[in-house]
Amino acid sequence: MNILSVENLEVVYNDVVLVLKGLSIKVERGSITALLGSNGAGKSTTLKSISGLLATEDGEITEGSVFYEDQPIHKLWPEKIVRLGIFQVMEGRRIFEDLTVEENLKCGGFVRPGKEFSQSRELVFEYFPRLKERRKQLAGYLSGGEQQMLAIGRALMAKPRLLLLDEPSLGLAPLLVEEIFGIIKRVNSEEGVTILLVEQNARAALNIASHGYILENGRIVLDGRAESLLNNPDVQEFYLGIGSTGEKRSYRNVKHYRRRKRWLG
Amino acid sequence: MEYYLHLVLNGLVIGSIYSLVALGFVIIYKATKVVNFAQGELVMFGAYICFALTVQMGLPFLVSFFMTLIFSVILGLCLERVILRPMIGEPIISVIMVTIGLSTVLKAAIQLFWGTQVRVYPQVLPSEPIWILGLPVAPVYIAAFCLSVVLFVIFSLFFKYSTMGIAMRATAFDQQAAQSMGIGVKNIFAMSWCIAAVVSSIGGIILGNINGITPQLGHLGLKVFPAVILGGLDSLLGAALGGLIIGVLENLSDGLAQQFFGLAGFREVAAYFILVIILMIKPYGLFGTPEIERV
Ligand SMILES: Nc1ncnc2c1ncn2[C@@H]1O[C@H](COP(=O)(O)OP(=O)(O)OP(=O)(O)O)[C@@H](O)[C@H]1O
Ligand SMILES: [Mg+2]
Repeated sequence: MNILSVENLEVVYNDVVLVLKGLSIKVERGSITALLGSNGAGKSTTLKSISGLLATEDGEITEGSVFYEDQPIHKLWPEKIVRLGIFQVMEGRRIFEDLTVEENLKCGGFVRPGKEFSQSRELVFEYFPRLKERRKQLAGYLSGGEQQMLAIGRALMAKPRLLLLDEPSLGLAPLLVEEIFGIIKRVNSEEGVTILLVEQNARAALNIASHGYILENGRIVLDGRAESLLNNPDVQEFYLGIGSTGEKRSYRNVKHYRRRKRWLG
Repeated sequence: MEYYLHLVLNGLVIGSIYSLVALGFVIIYKATKVVNFAQGELVMFGAYICFALTVQMGLPFLVSFFMTLIFSVILGLCLERVILRPMIGEPIISVIMVTIGLSTVLKAAIQLFWGTQVRVYPQVLPSEPIWILGLPVAPVYIAAFCLSVVLFVIFSLFFKYSTMGIAMRATAFDQQAAQSMGIGVKNIFAMSWCIAAVVSSIGGIILGNINGITPQLGHLGLKVFPAVILGGLDSLLGAALGGLIIGVLENLSDGLAQQFFGLAGFREVAAYFILVIILMIKPYGLFGTPEIERV
């Protein structure tokens, strides 16, 4: 039922900085699950502990475990984890700028047999026709939006079963955000890829997700079905920018500050 | 006139060996962004192993040639496992410092086993010269040149078209992102060091056949710096041409300095003069990739 379950995860950077403090989440197979939280809450760290990329940053899982298809994976190398079907699209796109668009896609499909390449590439071009026109271009010259498309396209090349998306809307114009989220939804329903979505843009994320978690200071402070989160007054106030009475939030309100503090505690 | 032609031809041959060694250097740089200060010692390693197999163990040259290549691959794998893997995720500059240490260790080990005197290879190719443009050229020179060209073509195609080659370029650009798509950085490191060790060994063996070998061979690594910087650190074609240009210019200017000023030994510094002049004109080298900047 759950494709992924993270249990009581504790992560320490550089042997001293405790960033995740006993975090647990479950991702249901076939769902889109949103992971929300403010800057520095530990969202990216959570994804990196699932994909195994933590090790390259001198981060370490000191407690807890990650189960994928009921197998513990938190001791595996990232290349092994990708082969199991988990693919992380990292924050900030991270495309290979001095490779062409097509070569970037080739890297995305690195773990797949070579004969799949042209078919997978056509699928990516179907989702992102703009990449097709630019496929011989150096990826460094793509616009920010096109680079985000390439980053997601690269992930599709690997045919993952669980896709970890880290802030796909970062730095994109509202119209493009809508387009990207539409595509994420399609990838989920048409390709049957389970998605764990990290976002700052809480509303957009909760609109396509079925379930959501809210992470503050390395702990989950709230979770539930997406609709119930959207209607939760605290979420509305702190993540959707709507006051409890429907007005814009005001920082002069001391009571508000206390509530906020309780959240961050 | 004949004198100059001769200088140029000799320069081309020495240059093609520089190119080979530069190729190894560029491959490591391309895949891992590490500047390898032990490149010259890899040359030395190959030269001495092949010497030991041919002369000390009496194996036929071709057999020991291929065995040397196998040993180079093993050396590359060991270096990755013992020295480089623990450095994954550390700053590049630390890895570069490690290669400096490595060069000292390799050189010392070789002197320990084989001493410091000149060692000579047995004659492999016939000494009967072949005439090119009315000049006698030793067959070993021609073989050296052809071998270098062939290796270049192979590796250029490898980087341009093979999945592994593309993955190596990707790793060079962004290690962590490459890792996130299942590209094993360990394997890429190992592979680039193996290739570098193999081509350097071939360079060393060729040199052994031309000049004989001494532990001074490691200084070749320093000659390679002008060649690769000239060519642009990350360009294979640049390394090839950079090596040839340095070889020819060095030989010519040495010849001229001797003829007109009676100066000997200009060869040793010529390469750096040339380098400074070219870098003043083209700071990214002749073929290097400038950083992508979108405007
Ligand atoms: N490599 C690292 N070394 C040390 N500390 C780190 C490292 N990466 C992240 N941190 C720290 O861990 C905390 C959580 O970082 P993380 O990147 O997971 O946050 P995030 O929720 O993704 O934030 P954002 O929304 O800004 O991306 C931050 O305080 C950050 O400073
Ligand atoms: Mg983040």
